[in-house]
Amino acid sequence: MNVALRGRLVGLALVAPLLLFLAGFFVWPLVTMMQGAVSDPIAARTLPTTARATANWDRQSPPTPEMKAALAHDLAALKQDQVVGDLTRRLNSAQSGFRTLMSRTMSAVREQGPDVDLSAVDKRWNDIKFWQPIAEAAASRYTDRYLLAALDMDRDAAGDIVTLPESQSANKAILARTFFVSGLVTLFCIVIGLPYAMLAVSVTGWLRGVLLAAVLLPLWTSLLVRTAAWFILLQDNGLINRGLMALGLIDRPLALIFNRTGVVIAMTHVLLPFMVLPIFSVLLAVPRNLMPAAASLGAPPLRAFWRVLLPLSVRGIVSGSLLVFMAAIGYYITPALIGGPTDQMISYVIAFYATGAANWGMAGALGVILLVATLLLYAVYQRLASDKAMGI
Amino acid sequence: MLRTSRIVFGVLAVLFLVAPLIAILPLAFTSSVFLNYPVPSYSLRWFVELLTADVWRRSIINSLIIGGGATVLATVLGTLAALGLRSRHLPFAGLFRTIFLLPMVVPAVVLGVGMQLCFVQIDLASTYLGVIVAHSVLAIPFVLVNVSASLGGIDPRVERAAASLGASPTTVFRRVTLPLALPGVVSGAAFAFATSLDEVVLTLFVAGPNQRTLARQMFSSIRENISPAIAAAAFLFIVGTLIVGGMSLLVRARLRTRVVMPE
Repeated sequence: MNVALRGRLVGLALVAPLLLFLAGFFVWPLVTMMQGAVSDPIAARTLPTTARATANWDRQSPPTPEMKAALAHDLAALKQDQVVGDLTRRLNSAQSGFRTLMSRTMSAVREQGPDVDLSAVDKRWNDIKFWQPIAEAAASRYTDRYLLAALDMDRDAAGDIVTLPESQSANKAILARTFFVSGLVTLFCIVIGLPYAMLAVSVTGWLRGVLLAAVLLPLWTSLLVRTAAWFILLQDNGLINRGLMALGLIDRPLALIFNRTGVVIAMTHVLLPFMVLPIFSVLLAVPRNLMPAAASLGAPPLRAFWRVLLPLSVRGIVSGSLLVFMAAIGYYITPALIGGPTDQMISYVIAFYATGAANWGMAGALGVILLVATLLLYAVYQRLASDKAMGI
Repeated sequence: MLRTSRIVFGVLAVLFLVAPLIAILPLAFTSSVFLNYPVPSYSLRWFVELLTADVWRRSIINSLIIGGGATVLATVLGTLAALGLRSRHLPFAGLFRTIFLLPMVVPAVVLGVGMQLCFVQIDLASTYLGVIVAHSVLAIPFVLVNVSASLGGIDPRVERAAASLGASPTTVFRRVTLPLALPGVVSGAAFAFATSLDEVVLTLFVAGPNQRTLARQMFSSIRENISPAIAAAAFLFIVGTLIVGGMSLLVRARLRTRVVMPE
């Protein structure tokens, strides 16, 4: 066997176990999550006859007797309460009122059999408002309603995409909050991290060692420990409030925890190393005599910084900002522990839909948005990391 | 003026980074039931609580079981893949590497939702194996990066020299490549263990009440009833990190001297 082929086979054999492992436990979960965002099988599965009967309905004219008979026929075939519950929940999420309508109809169907007259059971069955969601849901196993709902949009009766009124929209506000808090954290990381990296580059010996150790130590410490530490410092009678009160600067505790201030402080602390290290490594490559050269040509320090050092550190700042922002938008633990109810970001809402409400469609849809945003940022970061010429 | 402001900024920034970590340590030894300063007197009661109270003791044991399992699994898979990626003839090496590093990038909550849905279907939900698998997925990139770095530092001439002296490919691998790569494997394993120890989000989604880890227990304890047991647990965490980090440095140093010194 020739060397190249042999090498290729050995290489593939070594890579294969991890490839299979990640296909099963990383890719498959992500695909399942995304499928959850667009799948809507319950009505199509439980109401096959109704789906055929409503296929050619224009969704504006009154419901025909055939449609009602088909629905009664399908409902009579449903034996499990669990399935009825899932179907009712699905329909009720599109049109409120289905809960009572379905329970009344189900008991009538179970008493009188599939030939029951639905209009006699409840006159709401003459209202197209209740037939539109059924026709819509039964028509396909896939839906864009979760993805639309994640952006506070919906389809109206005619199937056009409309924006929900302010009163019903929460997700856009949460997305905006996620990006705002992440942006703020990124900004603070630049404001502290850039001078810090410059300082660390400008000194040598043990001083640089101390400055770098101060960045690496938190990076090595458990995220939970750091969050717990901030919890202790920020609480109403924590060290910060006590210190400020002892100094006489304030006479009652500042609200630092369970609000945005605490979240931003703690997240800045957690993510600061990801800003300092890229800037540091970029600045390390800058010749040390550039600043003295600028000074000798007559540039005052601020101007020398603005015209020489800052442009040279742009590459590090952009890399660091992307890393910090990317990590921040997916943050869950720190906001969950330090933030109040109005400081929760998209991860919290995803976890709420998944574990609290068992609404996999919404969890998946918001998850897709977060995943796409993160991967886009990562792609830009990768592009910058491989393109050495950028920024100078 | 500039000099003074540099010093002030440097001191403040170092304080901001390090002070929170130092502030939590003395509270581990408080005798009070409040997680707060001033500390009335010092005692070990919260460490006793940690080791005797059922929830805490159970969670420490769980963390060690799951951390150990995830370390072994991630280190084996990651090391094999790093060796495979090193082959010059491997097709799609760049693509494979990107895929292998992605678990580091994907938000944990997104992965957690997917894992919860999938693990139920294959009976891995609320099992030790499920949590070990989930933690391994997150730990693999760290192993891969560390092992790749140490493999990248191997001078190919050393391997060629061994081969030219008559060593078979297996012998070259066993006697030359592996010993030289071992320091990277050790740091990778240390990273993997640390990752598993600190993991909360995936654990929230895939673990049942019986697989509560120390980190998971700390998370709900901060949320529900905060007590100095948190500080004691944090103390253990910091000490544990130092031990694992120190051990991996020691082992690396020993391995290095053994490789340099001919037998």
